[in-house]
Amino acid sequence: MSGGPEDRYAGPARVGAAGARAATEAALSRQPGGIVLKNRLFRAFLYGAVGVALVGLVALLVDAFIKGQPRLSFDLFTNPASQIADNAGFRQAILGSIYLIGLMVLMVVPVGVGAALYMEEYGKRGSRLNRLIEINIQNLAAVPAIVYGILGLAFIARGPIDMGKILLAGSITLALLVLPTVIIAAREAIRAVPPSIREGSLALGATQWQTIRHQVLPAAVPGILTGVILSVSRALGEAAPLLLFGAALFVTADPQPLEVGWTALPVQIYTLAAQAQPELRELAAAGIIIMLAVLLVMNSFAIWLRNRYEQKW
Amino acid sequence: MTEQDPRTTGASRDATGAPADAIGLEVRPEFQHQSDVLKREKVFEIKDLSVSYADKLAVKDISLDVHKNSVTALIGPSGCGKSTLIRCLNRMNDLVPSARVDGQLLYHGEDLYGPKVDPVQVRKLIGMVFQKPNPFPKSIYENIAFGPRTLGYKGDMDERVEKALRAAALWDEVKDRLDDNAYGMSGGQQQRLCIARCIAVEPDTILMDEPCSALDPISTGKIEDLITELKQKYSIVIVTHNMQQAARVSDMTAFLIVELTADEKNRWGEIVEYDDTEKIFTNPADKRTEDYVTGKVG
Repeated sequence: MSGGPEDRYAGPARVGAAGARAATEAALSRQPGGIVLKNRLFRAFLYGAVGVALVGLVALLVDAFIKGQPRLSFDLFTNPASQIADNAGFRQAILGSIYLIGLMVLMVVPVGVGAALYMEEYGKRGSRLNRLIEINIQNLAAVPAIVYGILGLAFIARGPIDMGKILLAGSITLALLVLPTVIIAAREAIRAVPPSIREGSLALGATQWQTIRHQVLPAAVPGILTGVILSVSRALGEAAPLLLFGAALFVTADPQPLEVGWTALPVQIYTLAAQAQPELRELAAAGIIIMLAVLLVMNSFAIWLRNRYEQKW
Repeated sequence: MTEQDPRTTGASRDATGAPADAIGLEVRPEFQHQSDVLKREKVFEIKDLSVSYADKLAVKDISLDVHKNSVTALIGPSGCGKSTLIRCLNRMNDLVPSARVDGQLLYHGEDLYGPKVDPVQVRKLIGMVFQKPNPFPKSIYENIAFGPRTLGYKGDMDERVEKALRAAALWDEVKDRLDDNAYGMSGGQQQRLCIARCIAVEPDTILMDEPCSALDPISTGKIEDLITELKQKYSIVIVTHNMQQAARVSDMTAFLIVELTADEKNRWGEIVEYDDTEKIFTNPADKRTEDYVTGKVG
């Protein structure tokens, strides 16, 4: 005990100080083994959970890279589709995907944000109508993509709207598919804007629209963009609804929004992967990498936008 | 003058005060300035005002007058409806869908809750500063410019911003960083920014709902100095739970208490006494006021 702080005291005081010190040390020392073990087990489980998610993704990427690597070149971006693997590229599919997603974003953002604004700012919260809309939107977010494909085919390409199997019809179908996601994310973002900001604005004599336009929406932009990023990622990888109506398997002419005969990246990858020739299947793996690259570029742009508007309260 | 009905209000005192001078009765010097405030034009005339949220009474039968270029303080324990009352004065309570307002609330003689009154216009004339500083997540400049811009102001915005910041005693501290985000300011500066924002709209009255409760004593002192300064130009109503603050800054003080039903299930706020601040704090007419201001209860 020499050198401890209790050396300053003499006699009984010294014993007392040493006792107090021991009691404190005991209270601060390690907890019993069982609790420590549980703590470690739980941590191991959490690491495991992250590991499973990462391993799946890494395995997919590595596999695509190894298989697609021999075909990977910049020509893939510019060459049209072809049955001859050496000349084949993804030009039409890339353009088709960009058109599809671009048009989809143009449609889904105003409609999704508008619906979210209605539900958060105008609709009577907790009213029966609002609750009904809410439940419906949540359910719609879980509807399989193929169902939207059937809807698009029956109502947009044919049926009442009868646009034909043009690219815009595919874009509208994708917009319907991701609309619930965008609405839910936008609602969360709008709700996260503190009420004090609205009060401050209204107390200055701003109208409700001025308050929403100049205070609530700018503050909610980062959250809304997060929803848009999610929806773009989902729509870009979606082949099923497009296969159902419209997307052609081999296209050699550049797509136009209002014309038939277009394709998209996932559709072309799907087609190539089902071919017998091994070279074409290599091409499919290269297509996956290109799709990831396109996705990365689109998401980076959205994340850059989001960070520009990011705001801490 | 001192031996009055305990339920005395400003309005009735005004009536009894004037003839007292006329017949030459001696008015003690400490009470002379009070009639001065009461003689000023009335900004708000509140008569039997009751507010309820979803059929639950929040404040009951409030009657008081607010006079021009004076500071009127509302004090009382928590839950007595001070904030509810002040939020009626610029119709911020309209934002609560279940709120219901009964009674009469005149603003320069005009019924604020009249059918032709637009709450948005009301809030342009009657500004409000909140308990927690709530600057917009924008630059200092944009915080001030937002109000005038929504009103369609087309003149020199730089000048307007500078004027508002000067009036809120903030100009010297921020003139070199007008483009910085307002969230980088200290709490006290943020609150003065909110006051500046309010002034930029050029209101007639400023309502303050516990403006210093989130601030340190030095920032509080600055805001109190500012309030004293601002009353030259504006009429101010301030809610505070800090009695010293009410005593320091206000000309008139209303004391509210919480009333309970016998079964203690319902509670609402009622006004006990409304009088000259000096009288409320030195010689209150009601025992309950005395107990509260001397710290025996509450």
